[in-house]
Amino acid sequence: MQEFAKILSNVKIAKDIWKMELKTDLAKTAKPGQFIEITVPGFYLRRPISISEIREDVLVIIYKVLGEGTLKMTELEGKLDIFGPLGNGFPIEDKEEVLLIGGGVGVPPLYETAKQYLSKNARVTAVLGANDADSVFYVDEFKALGCDVYVATMDGTLGTKGTALDAIKENNVTCNFVLSCGPLPMLKAINEQYSEGYISLEARMACGLGACMGCVVKDVEGHSLRVCKDGPVFEMGKVAL
Amino acid sequence: MDISVKLPGLNLKNPIIPASGCFGFGKEYAELYDLSVLGGIAIKSATPQERFGNPTPRIAETPMGMLNAIGLQNKGVDSIIENELPFLAQYDTEIMANVAGACEEDYVEVIKKLNDQPVIKAYELNISCPNVKHGGIGLGTKPELAAHVTKICKEAATKPVYVKLSPNVTDIVEIAKAVEEAGADGIVLINTLMGMRINLKTGKPLLANVTGGLSGPAIKPVALRMVYQVAQAVNIPIIGVGGITCAEDVLEFLNAGASAVEVGAQNFVDPYVCPKIIEDLPKVLEKYGYKNIEEAVGRSFK
Repeated sequence: MQEFAKILSNVKIAKDIWKMELKTDLAKTAKPGQFIEITVPGFYLRRPISISEIREDVLVIIYKVLGEGTLKMTELEGKLDIFGPLGNGFPIEDKEEVLLIGGGVGVPPLYETAKQYLSKNARVTAVLGANDADSVFYVDEFKALGCDVYVATMDGTLGTKGTALDAIKENNVTCNFVLSCGPLPMLKAINEQYSEGYISLEARMACGLGACMGCVVKDVEGHSLRVCKDGPVFEMGKVAL
Repeated sequence: MDISVKLPGLNLKNPIIPASGCFGFGKEYAELYDLSVLGGIAIKSATPQERFGNPTPRIAETPMGMLNAIGLQNKGVDSIIENELPFLAQYDTEIMANVAGACEEDYVEVIKKLNDQPVIKAYELNISCPNVKHGGIGLGTKPELAAHVTKICKEAATKPVYVKLSPNVTDIVEIAKAVEEAGADGIVLINTLMGMRINLKTGKPLLANVTGGLSGPAIKPVALRMVYQVAQAVNIPIIGVGGITCAEDVLEFLNAGASAVEVGAQNFVDPYVCPKIIEDLPKVLEKYGYKNIEEAVGRSFK
C-alpha cells in the first residue's frame, strides 16, 4: 500500500494544471476513480490525488495548483512517497452507452474510466467543463481513446459558453447513465438532473482510509458516509449535497 | 529487550497505543497490519447516543501538524458494543475505551454499559476534547470539576480509570493532582491544543467549527513539558501523547516521566507508524544504554 514511486515526468498541461507520471507497483491493484495519498516534502498531511490513468506499472495523476502544497508538487523529481490505492472507484458495469461529465480538476479520474468502458465496447461521450480555454485539458486524449467529446467553458472561449450541462443540452446528448466528477455546484445540478450513474466527491482528508472521520458527508437519509472510504464514488442521488 | 509495561488494567506487551480518534475502532488499520502487535488501542470516543459531529471542513493542515474539529462523531455506546467490540476481541491487544459526554451523567451511562464488556480493560475519560460546547472543555479546565467527574466515574467503573487531560489550562499540575486525589488510576497527557486557521481568500476561519484541536509534531514540546511537570507531582502512571512520530520521540516521553505513550496524528501520515516504532524501540533503548524500559522512565528528573 505504501511505496516510494519513481517520478517519470511532472509537466504543466494547462493553466495551473500539472500531470505527473509515477512508476509504481501500486498500479497493479488500482481501479478507475480511486486515489492515492502523497507526501509532499515539508508538509505534514498527505494530499489525496485521484488516479487519472493506470498502465501496467505506471499511475498518472493530474493535479491543480491550489496552494503551497500543490505548488511544491510542481518542483518534485526523483522519488515520491505514495499510499494507496484508496477509495472505492467507479464501477465498470455492462452498459451500451455512458456519459462522462468532468468539471475542472474532476476530469482526470474520468480518463481511466473512459478507457475501461471503451474496452468493454461501451460508447463513451465525455463532456469537459472548465472556466476558460486555457484551463481545458485532455480533449485530444479523450478523442484519441475513441470518445465523443464536448467542451464547455464559463467564459465561452472554447466550446459551449456555460456549464457542462449547457453543452449536453446544446449537443443533444441523450445518454442518461452518468459518471461525473467535478466541483460541488456541478455535481448538485447533475444529481438533480440524472437518476442513473455515479458521482465522485472531493473532500479535505486527514487519514484517507476511513479512520479519522474528517471527510464525512450525509446521505439523503441522514447517515454519515466517509468520502475517503465509503466513496469517493457514490451512487447518483445517494448523498445529500 | 523486553519492552512490556504493566499499568493498572493494562498489560501492555509494548508501550505503544494508537490514540483515541486517530485509529477509529481498528478496522481500517487491520487491513494494513496485525493489530495484535500493538501494546493497546485507545478506541474512538463513545457517547451515550449517536453524534454526527461538526460540519465540514473538519480538518486543516498547519506547520508540522494539523487541526481537527471532528466533534466526537460516533454511533453511540450501544452500537459500539454491538458492532465494534466483537471485531476488536479477536486481537491480542489491550483495549482502552475513551469515554466522552456532554455532562457528567453521560460518562457514567457509557461506563455502566461498558463495564460488562470483557474486551475493555480500562477507561480513558475524555474531559479535554475542545470541540464539545457544553461539557468537555469546562470539565477539563477546572480542578474541582475534573475531580468530580473522575470521582463519579470511579464509583461507576469496574475497571481502572485514566483521565485524559486538556493542555488548554494555566496550571496542568493542579488539575492532575485533583484527579489523582479523586481516585484516577492514571493520567493521559495531552489532548489537542485549541487553535484556528483562517482562509485568506475569504478572510474567514478555515474550519467550519472555527476552532479545532492542534496535534502533530508541533505540539510535542508542550506535551513533554506537561508530562515532565505532572510526573514529578503525582504518584500514578502517565501515558504520554502529543506529536510522536518515531521511537526516539517515545524515549523522550519516557525520559520526561511517561510509562507508556499514545501515537495520534502520525497514524494519518504514516499508517504503519505504530508497528515501525514497536520494532525500533528496543534498538533505540539499547543505543542510549538502557537495559530495560523502566530505567528510561522519568530519567529527566531522577
